[in-house]
Amino acid sequence: MSDELKDLGMLVARGEVSRRDFLGRAAALGVAAPLATSLLSSTVLAAGPKKGGHLKLGMNGGTSADSLDPATFASSIPFTFGRVWGETLTETSPVDGKPVPVLAESWEASEDAKSWRFKIRKGVTFHNGKEMTADDVVATLLRHSDENAKSGALGVMKTIQGIKKDGDDGVLVTLDSGNADLPYMLSDYHLIIQPNGGNDDPAAGIATGPYKVSVNEPGVRYAAERYEGHWRPEVGHADSVEILVINDLTARMAALTSGQVHMINRVDPKTIGLLKRAPTVSIENTAGRGHYVFIMHTDKEPFTNLDLRLALKHAMNREQMVEQILRGYGTVGNDFPINGAYANFPDDIPQRTFDPDKAKFHFKKSGHDGAVLLRTSNAAFNGAEDAAVLFQQSCAQAGIEIEIKREPADGYWSNVWNVQPFCTSYWGGRPTQDQMYSVAYQTGADWNDTKWSRPAFDELLVAARAELDDGRRKELYREMALMVRDDGGLILPMFNDFIAAVSNKVDGYVHDAGGEMSNGFAAIRAWLV
Amino acid sequence: MSNANTSPPPGSGSAGGFFSSNPLLTLIFQRILLGFVLLFAISALLFVGIEILPGDFAQAYLGQSATPEAVANIRKELGLDAPLLQRYLGWLGGVLQGDFGTSWANKASVSEQIGKRLGNTLFLAFWAAIVSVPLAIGLGMIAVHYRNRFIDRLINIVSLAAISLPEFFTGYLLILFFAVNWGVAVFPATVFADMAFTDRLAAIVLPCATLVLVVLAHMMRMTRAAILNIMSSAYIETAELKGLDAFRIIAKHAAPNAIAPIINVVALNLAYLVVGVVVVEVIFVYPGMGQYLVDAVTIRDMPVVQACGLVFAAVYIILNMVADVLGILANPRLRHPK
Repeated sequence: MSDELKDLGMLVARGEVSRRDFLGRAAALGVAAPLATSLLSSTVLAAGPKKGGHLKLGMNGGTSADSLDPATFASSIPFTFGRVWGETLTETSPVDGKPVPVLAESWEASEDAKSWRFKIRKGVTFHNGKEMTADDVVATLLRHSDENAKSGALGVMKTIQGIKKDGDDGVLVTLDSGNADLPYMLSDYHLIIQPNGGNDDPAAGIATGPYKVSVNEPGVRYAAERYEGHWRPEVGHADSVEILVINDLTARMAALTSGQVHMINRVDPKTIGLLKRAPTVSIENTAGRGHYVFIMHTDKEPFTNLDLRLALKHAMNREQMVEQILRGYGTVGNDFPINGAYANFPDDIPQRTFDPDKAKFHFKKSGHDGAVLLRTSNAAFNGAEDAAVLFQQSCAQAGIEIEIKREPADGYWSNVWNVQPFCTSYWGGRPTQDQMYSVAYQTGADWNDTKWSRPAFDELLVAARAELDDGRRKELYREMALMVRDDGGLILPMFNDFIAAVSNKVDGYVHDAGGEMSNGFAAIRAWLV
Repeated sequence: MSNANTSPPPGSGSAGGFFSSNPLLTLIFQRILLGFVLLFAISALLFVGIEILPGDFAQAYLGQSATPEAVANIRKELGLDAPLLQRYLGWLGGVLQGDFGTSWANKASVSEQIGKRLGNTLFLAFWAAIVSVPLAIGLGMIAVHYRNRFIDRLINIVSLAAISLPEFFTGYLLILFFAVNWGVAVFPATVFADMAFTDRLAAIVLPCATLVLVVLAHMMRMTRAAILNIMSSAYIETAELKGLDAFRIIAKHAAPNAIAPIINVVALNLAYLVVGVVVVEVIFVYPGMGQYLVDAVTIRDMPVVQACGLVFAAVYIILNMVADVLGILANPRLRHPK
């Protein structure tokens, strides 16, 4: 970076030069806009966050039925607000997706990855003034393992056999089979460490986060004030944080452009063009793990036929899908459910492209006669019905006839998905490859929505799970990805971006593939300028 | 009313005799009774209607993760396996004691939550009414005074245009100009418990304006039509010939006789201000009953839907009842029976 630009960047950081001026002057110096923006971000980040102010978020994804009990978190707002007032043992890094220590200071695993010891951080206090101890951690993990608590993290906790205190500052976790991903799993947003595990009052909203809950009006608004005793200076910059529940997209956009809130989530790709015209707003889109899929039941006619599956996979025009359905706010998929947002992503697998000739070849070889029935509804994902029509057209180019049946949105997940042999669907992704494959591709999994069963794959999955060596693990995952891609019932045309919009009064928005709104950390990572 | 105080004629000791000798009270009593019968009928209708609606709470709540066992568990836990009549009677018993049950989704008391939400809705409706009713009646009188002239036409066209736009569109237009482009109004209109009164008023300016625009035309035109009808009577001509000034004639002589239809249409619109605000509340992010109902419908939280439905029905019925009673009282022929 030239010195001149660096100086300019500092001026912006101090608020003496506007972002717009910076970009203008950078252009005059012959630097392209995207590069200049990234230079600017790094300078501003280097200049350090500014403290103070009242940060307001306007978000979709909350109702009056929400509770502060972390076990019940299921939508965006409780998730994001939970990050404001609570902390988990680990978090995932926005840079490489690997687990980083938070309330757990460090951890070590036994050779077979079956037994784990977490060292609990000292000197961390709850908002009620009490010090957080290993006992609180044990109680929290036990509460989420209890079937009666109906915790959203139950699936994660099921594999855990024993949780007990080990010395003053340690927690020993034993598993029924080896799992190298345990530190990732404990970053699950439900697993906020609460005093006495939240057994006394699960919805008290007391934990160790950078802010103390001050207003809890489910479905209306939440607010929190800085907790002075917080142990971690790199998060929680504003004096107070507020989240307004604005489920209506137009209202959210109006609140942002009129300066009433500083950040909004879930911007519709269709209206981004309009939002971009507002001079005070920038779009922050992050590639995530969520993906839009077309799923075939490999155990039902006619999809038992591998050639038919391959024909349909080759007849998918992925670029067109990303362009038309996501308006460019996404990336093409490669028929396995993993992308660069996962640690140990096998990045050297050739991209499958739209190839009508290959599709024609496989279709002919399959001997299938007549139309293929595809069921869809916009309940599957926003634009699923349009996506089905696009697919119908690209299939027609390969001589494959697709018959589209629109299903009612009501009951789509119970009557069509996982029931009918070919339909459109959506996956939000999971924190690790192991969890994604275990939940939807392992033999007999409840949500194995392609009904694909390969013992060889299951063996690889178990082997990869207990593998502590990352290099070896990556190889195993590569092998598994190829199996799903070339044999499975999944057509994965695209991964969708999380699209947030942020006012120019905010800086320090971190792109994090872990989840929307900077994996829920937007409110504590960003600051007001 | 003076009649209510007069003692019954000799020989009519029983209540029946009292009512038969006092048709006005009888009418009012009948009307109130009818209101309660209607409410009961609606409560049954609501319960059955929600029952036969497609979509299931357990499935909506669990979404993609609805396994048959999980669905069965939730249904059992909520007592949905009991027969319909038993559940209805249990619910009705609670409602009569002011207990609307607990929300299925977050296990909180519905009555408590409705209390807060209804307060907000009534607050918005109250201010919308304070602005719109005098404005509509005043404009109606002005329109009568300048009938078929430019001002009358202008009032008509503007108010008709306002009512012709769907209310969400009116709302979005107001947001676009007043909040986004000019930045003079507060948006979103979220109000909360410990908010200063003036802040609260500032917050509701835009939703209030939207509601006023929606209900104005109806009341204004009814006022205009009712007064115009009276204006052709002989006694108005007399008043004119006496040399009274025109506004005095409209306000003092014509308006009181046109009151019954005006009260009716005002009551209908007041009811609309309470029960018809669902869309306005959602787009302005106003935490009232409407938004609460929409939240509950999306997740099929039936106790909340039922409670909101019943409260809305009650408001509608009570306001209509009040309008009828006032209409009866305003009618001299019923007030002074022969």
